[in-house]
Amino acid sequence: MTSEQATAKAPAPTTSKRGRRLPPEVSILLVLIGIALIYEILGWIFVGQSFLMNQQRLTIIILQVSVIGIIAVGVTQVIITGGIDLSSGSVVGMTAMIAASFAQASTWARPVYPGLTDLPFIVPLIVGLGIGLLAGVVNGALIAQTKIPPFIATLGMMVSARGVAKWYTKGSPVSGLTDQFNFIGTGIWPVVVFLVVAFIFHIALRYTRYGKFTYAIGANVQAARVSGINVERHLIKVYAIAGVLAGLAGIVTAARAQTAQSGMGVTYELDAIAAAVIGGTSLTGGVGRITGTVIGAIILGVMISGFTFLRVDAYYQEIIKGVIIVAAVVVDVYRQKKRKV
Amino acid sequence: MAVSPTTMAAVRASGAVPKAEYLLNVEGIRKEFPGVLALDDVSFRLKRGTVHALMGENGAGKSTLMKILAGIYVPDQGEVFLKGLSIRLKSPLDALENGIAMIHQELNLMPFMTVAENIWIRREPKNMFGFVDHGKMFEMTADLFNRLNIALDPEAQVRDLSVANRQMVEIAKAVSYESDVLIMDEPTSALTEREVAHLFEIIRSLRSQGIGIVYITHKMNELFEIADEFSVFRDGRYIGTHASTDVTRDDIIKMMVGREITQMFPKETVPIGDVVLSVKDLSLKNVFSGVSFDVRAGEILGIAGLVGSGRSNVAETIFGVTPATSGSIAINGKPVAIASPNQAIQHGMAFITEDRKETGCLLILDVLENMQIAVLQDRFVKFGFVAEKEISAACKVMSEKLRVKTPNLQERVENLSGGNQQKVLIGRWLLTNPKILILDEPTRGIDVGAKAEIHRLVSELAKQGVAVIMISSEMPEVLGMSDRIMVMHEGRVTGFLDREEATQVKVMELASK
Repeated sequence: MTSEQATAKAPAPTTSKRGRRLPPEVSILLVLIGIALIYEILGWIFVGQSFLMNQQRLTIIILQVSVIGIIAVGVTQVIITGGIDLSSGSVVGMTAMIAASFAQASTWARPVYPGLTDLPFIVPLIVGLGIGLLAGVVNGALIAQTKIPPFIATLGMMVSARGVAKWYTKGSPVSGLTDQFNFIGTGIWPVVVFLVVAFIFHIALRYTRYGKFTYAIGANVQAARVSGINVERHLIKVYAIAGVLAGLAGIVTAARAQTAQSGMGVTYELDAIAAAVIGGTSLTGGVGRITGTVIGAIILGVMISGFTFLRVDAYYQEIIKGVIIVAAVVVDVYRQKKRKV
Repeated sequence: MAVSPTTMAAVRASGAVPKAEYLLNVEGIRKEFPGVLALDDVSFRLKRGTVHALMGENGAGKSTLMKILAGIYVPDQGEVFLKGLSIRLKSPLDALENGIAMIHQELNLMPFMTVAENIWIRREPKNMFGFVDHGKMFEMTADLFNRLNIALDPEAQVRDLSVANRQMVEIAKAVSYESDVLIMDEPTSALTEREVAHLFEIIRSLRSQGIGIVYITHKMNELFEIADEFSVFRDGRYIGTHASTDVTRDDIIKMMVGREITQMFPKETVPIGDVVLSVKDLSLKNVFSGVSFDVRAGEILGIAGLVGSGRSNVAETIFGVTPATSGSIAINGKPVAIASPNQAIQHGMAFITEDRKETGCLLILDVLENMQIAVLQDRFVKFGFVAEKEISAACKVMSEKLRVKTPNLQERVENLSGGNQQKVLIGRWLLTNPKILILDEPTRGIDVGAKAEIHRLVSELAKQGVAVIMISSEMPEVLGMSDRIMVMHEGRVTGFLDREEATQVKVMELASK
């Protein structure tokens, strides 16, 4: 390039912040609308009723999506750094059990801690978030300090946290929870929690240094380190956040069920990863947005609800779900290829 | 009328190939990428038994043309004739089967397989049971190496080989396809002088066997040493073809940039200030030891030495990437402990690494995200939030100052040419207002125009009082830019040369001492 040409061809100032390209969320949103419309049409043909014009159904969808969504917000950040978190489902079970044991009412016959009943909501909340934080920090520290692959570190946590959940009460459920605690699982509250969490981390990823560093590490960890980012400390932060959010999801799950069982949250980690990936988060790191993940989670919810609505056999549901997850990644890979010049 | 590879193979087998004047003939090629016209009506002719160099700045279209010849890209318009027959290449395999092989800049070998397995992959000799006959494969490889005068063990694992030897394997692989056309993309960029000499021997022997070699390079002296002809490209257009004996270095540069570069190394004499960085007895176990030097404000200290002499390791250690095992570092007279790049940055250091792709660019992120990442450590951040407007404005000013050629700051860095990627990285560090700037091979693989701009910039920074350390394998660059040159050999400093006394011979003597 010659200097004259460089000046002549110097990039014209772009007015729009992100250039002319449509944000990737638009295409994901179109997929969501497409799926919903297909159900709508099939609904009129086969079931003789509307899929979308049913407030109860939509409420159930969004409620079911909320817990997975809360987890997925954390998992998305982990995946952006180029990692993975397989432990979130088990952390849900573990925190549900432990948090619930600090939320039992004195009226209940056999509380876990007979001396600690009728505590204010803040106690189980802090305990639950703290347990999630601990699990996340252990994940992050293992990955950052020992350099073992995130897959292995979080696989270990997945197995151990589930073990803790079962060991905690030797398998029996924790019931008789206070109304104060259950409140967070009633009505539209889980959705509120989900949307608040999504909003906070959408802002964090887009507009804070934390976010910029997260993308940088995922794009090129070596370059990030040379650029002065304390990669180890940052990874611990990201996994800790994922842990806290899994803990929050555990509290919401127990509150919704008004009881905690050690089997809560099984395979949630996979649904959360699926939501992130359908939402455009790339498993190779550096790419992904919370808005995409939110839509991805809703797509999962709509799909499942639609199957039930169309009275598709539960066995087929899982098979088709698997296919759709893979298809989403295939589409994403092609999209990435096309963006490359 | 294009001929399919199978037809082509049949025609070749029958020996009925028409005697064409040119081995390879490309006519009127056009290739457009979203937003960029990479090649515009480009033609190119390769004669049998010649080495034909392609010259041009980064982004001139050489690589695109080569990728079309290698079947990686399909042209939008134009035709490719091989021995007078029109061919249409849809994949690299197509190209290989037509007798066109490409040796990529980034070598494409499988590290955990043997040399022989890499060469014969997809074409492994089989025994009677249909299993791979390794014995025969090793034999075939040994024969091939004999023919090419390559001394390598066919059973060695590729990951144990040096870059030079991997290149030899790539060449042998290309030759094993009985290719008529061999495309080499900057094959010497990671080789020592002796290895280059060996490579040139092999190239000459291939040429004498009638193979046509397309040779992409940025190094002018290679052009005169090995090429018979050369073609120049500029901004996606074909400029011209000449015999390399007909022209001078300046003629070529003029053709490449479309203007005369009056001064390649615009080093200005500037007043040298106090010692900014002082390194004493710095050692990294098993890598280098006893390295001591001072750098003063306004001074450019060149570090010369062969690849593997420990030059880059010294830089990485000073910057905290690999903290020293012993020795001390002082900045402005005060001893400092630097255990991470973060601490180095706090002390006013900046480090432009040797490998743009591996340790420099965040390739999938955009220009803005790449430029801002280092400065976010302490500036442009309020309560954890990035001051988007201010940082965007600062990056914009910087990219204009450095003349980064990009449609906008939202362009992914992987879509920029090498020279522009390097400018983005320089911008990243200049935003931090460094007092000490370490540059490791700042102009490797960069075209002449961008090179001169970078040299001018470094000189300008020294003038402003920045202490500069510049590692380079390019002798003219080291000699032209440095106030002082430190030479290393096998992990030790073998001597210092002042600007006035430094010559290529003296540096080489110290580098091999």
